[in-house]
Amino acid sequence: MEFVFTDEQNMIRDTAESFLQEVSTSAAIRDAMATERGYDPALWQTVCTDLVWQAIHTPEDCGGLGLGYVELVAMQEQMGRFLFCSPYFSSVCLGINALLVAGSAQQQQQYLPEFCAGKTATLAFAGAAAAARGGRWDVATVDATFTTQGEHYQLNGSYEFVTDGASADYLILAARDAASQADEGIHLFIAAADTKGIERELLPTMDQTRKWARIKLNNVRLPKASMLGDESKAAERNGAQSLAVILDLATIALAAEQMGGAQQLLDMTVAYSKERNQFGRAIAGFQAIKHKAADMMLRVEVARSGVYYAACVAEESLQALQAGTPVDRAALQEAASVAKAYCSDAFFKNAGEAIQIHGGVGFSWEYDVHLYFKRAKASEQFLGTGAWHRERLAALLLDGEGVL
Amino acid sequence: MKLSFSAADEQFREEVAHWLQQNLQGEFEPIRYRGGPGDEHMFHHERHAWEQRMAQGGWTCVGWPQQYGGRGCSIEQQVIFFEEYARAGGPGRVGHIGEGLAGPTIIAFGSEAQKQKYLPGIVSGKELWCQGYSEPGAGSDLANVKTKARFDEAIQQWVINGQKVWTSLAQEADYCFVLARTDPDSRAHKGLGFFLVKMDQPGIEVRPIQQMTGTSEFNEVFFDDAVCAADDIVGAPGEGWKVAMGLLGFERGVSTLGQQMQFQNEFNEIVKIAKSNGAAQDPALRQRIAKAHTELKIMRYNAMRMLSGQSGGDGALQREALIYKLFWASWHRELGELAMDVLGPQSQILEAAPYQLSRLQAMYLFVRSDTIYGGTNQIQRNIIAERGLDMPKEPRL
Repeated sequence: MEFVFTDEQNMIRDTAESFLQEVSTSAAIRDAMATERGYDPALWQTVCTDLVWQAIHTPEDCGGLGLGYVELVAMQEQMGRFLFCSPYFSSVCLGINALLVAGSAQQQQQYLPEFCAGKTATLAFAGAAAAARGGRWDVATVDATFTTQGEHYQLNGSYEFVTDGASADYLILAARDAASQADEGIHLFIAAADTKGIERELLPTMDQTRKWARIKLNNVRLPKASMLGDESKAAERNGAQSLAVILDLATIALAAEQMGGAQQLLDMTVAYSKERNQFGRAIAGFQAIKHKAADMMLRVEVARSGVYYAACVAEESLQALQAGTPVDRAALQEAASVAKAYCSDAFFKNAGEAIQIHGGVGFSWEYDVHLYFKRAKASEQFLGTGAWHRERLAALLLDGEGVL
Repeated sequence: MKLSFSAADEQFREEVAHWLQQNLQGEFEPIRYRGGPGDEHMFHHERHAWEQRMAQGGWTCVGWPQQYGGRGCSIEQQVIFFEEYARAGGPGRVGHIGEGLAGPTIIAFGSEAQKQKYLPGIVSGKELWCQGYSEPGAGSDLANVKTKARFDEAIQQWVINGQKVWTSLAQEADYCFVLARTDPDSRAHKGLGFFLVKMDQPGIEVRPIQQMTGTSEFNEVFFDDAVCAADDIVGAPGEGWKVAMGLLGFERGVSTLGQQMQFQNEFNEIVKIAKSNGAAQDPALRQRIAKAHTELKIMRYNAMRMLSGQSGGDGALQREALIYKLFWASWHRELGELAMDVLGPQSQILEAAPYQLSRLQAMYLFVRSDTIYGGTNQIQRNIIAERGLDMPKEPRL
């Protein structure tokens, strides 16, 4: 038992911090968010080739650095802190995780080196049901379908809220056997985004720092080898279970980003309160402000403890997958929901308090607070709000025998 | 960063669990799960006997260095010990003020003679301690203590006059550590001394305070020419504040994990009730139960961070330690409300007349003190803002 960063992990965090502080300036964010792609491709190439960040947890034999989920989370925290506009979350936390969880050895060898070199990817899974009842993010929302046609699969259907869906080079697509329901019959496929029949529509989003798309599939023909998993062990391929694990891993990475954002809001707000004078002194000296700031710090530190715990569970899950042993599904679900439930609320509350303490300027377009406020709500909605994750925890705790 | 324990530590876990299973039975069966917050007045005699049974097994002061009679356990082993203790339903420890506060303070700041005189009594589980900090005029403003200690040359002893309040265990304790003013003309945190005072003497009177629970864990303690030996001051006259603040650091030690396991026991009881009375089907209560679970889970890892990161000893708390009291106290207070709301109207029916509360009812009322003692939530927020965020200090008049 050891619950503190190693020297190497500290170094990764510090490197990410100093680089992102330099490149992800307010001006850079605003330039990137005004583009359709949503990021600066030259900067992304630097991140991939010079810093090799997106290869962080890909195994070395697939061209990666072979580090773990704690390192990935340390990176994500800084991305969230500096609101870095990049396809890092979609490519690494959705795309690469999908290959690591569901891909066969051959598929990993084929695609991961490309991803590590800078090709981008994302995961499309949620159908129209994701918009129902205030947002649903379980695997049962998959409503795209596939049929087998000789040596090919044919996919049809649509996906909502696909992160970086309009810009990604590769798409991981979840689709179900046409006759199946709920968690049955789901499989994952990998396709180049320019495959015939794939139609991508960029959605205008309130949070401009991360792009969402709608994707439609019209009779998309994919080769047999595009289905993730080992074809020779077809009976063991369980797309629904893989998808659930991928989503939990991504959820933990997103929570880390939220925690980083919550930290930055605290830092910005405290700094502002020390500069802003009213009634002849800095407003930082008023208890009404100090106590709000203290609550913001509490939320950041609790979020941090939750994220580090969840990262350790994610790491254990990935190691189990590599060793071919079963993933402790309940432990992973619990960790993902604990982290996402707390971090979603912490990020959003801190963003709201940051506007309040900044006063009028916090409401302006010029100051960056609104960028975080908008990212906070978008991240809260994506992959499940706090309430959605609490209900998932409640089911684990209270229904049936209870597994926690 | 990893969550698992080593094989040797897991073996230690078995050893602890086995000893507890063998010993926490028979005459001690009735005190399992008893004596926690809100229940500290119950089974005092039996729990004192249990403390001494623990000592015979070598399970008191597990984190103290061996040279002072402790077990010299690593942080990991202490974590395991407190977890297993709570899992087994180990009763609230009557010796916790001595083991957790007085002892570590004497080890850190005391003289060799003081160590020889006081530590063995704590390790053996025989001698109990209480804490003389708060006064009627010194609550949140602790530095405003008015109790005076004057060195009487004629009898070569310290003579103490004044009043302490909110002193838990005072009626049972053998000793009290007392923060008192050695320089009568001094103000605030200057001119204080830290004294080790024998309770059984004519100059000390203990009066219980009846709390909203109807019970009396807390007391007032009156010092009327109470005496204290010349060498029973820890540190020099004037250094009392430094010693007192050093002691507060020990409150955030490993024993906090035992407290968390008590929280877990309370939470489990609430879940059990929710499942049996249908509250578990109510969407709003499901949200609150899941929220309590979420934060209790994180609380454990926040404590792990706190313990893993402990370094130096300069007294500067890390960020996760600074927020800890505010976090757990606020969480526990909400748990009390959740318990009552899960119970519904049944929460209003007592176990028995005239005022016998169930464990959860006592918890619900008692947790209102959690956000007050040991630094109120408001004081905690001042401390966080000033020490953690470097915001301006409150004006000192």
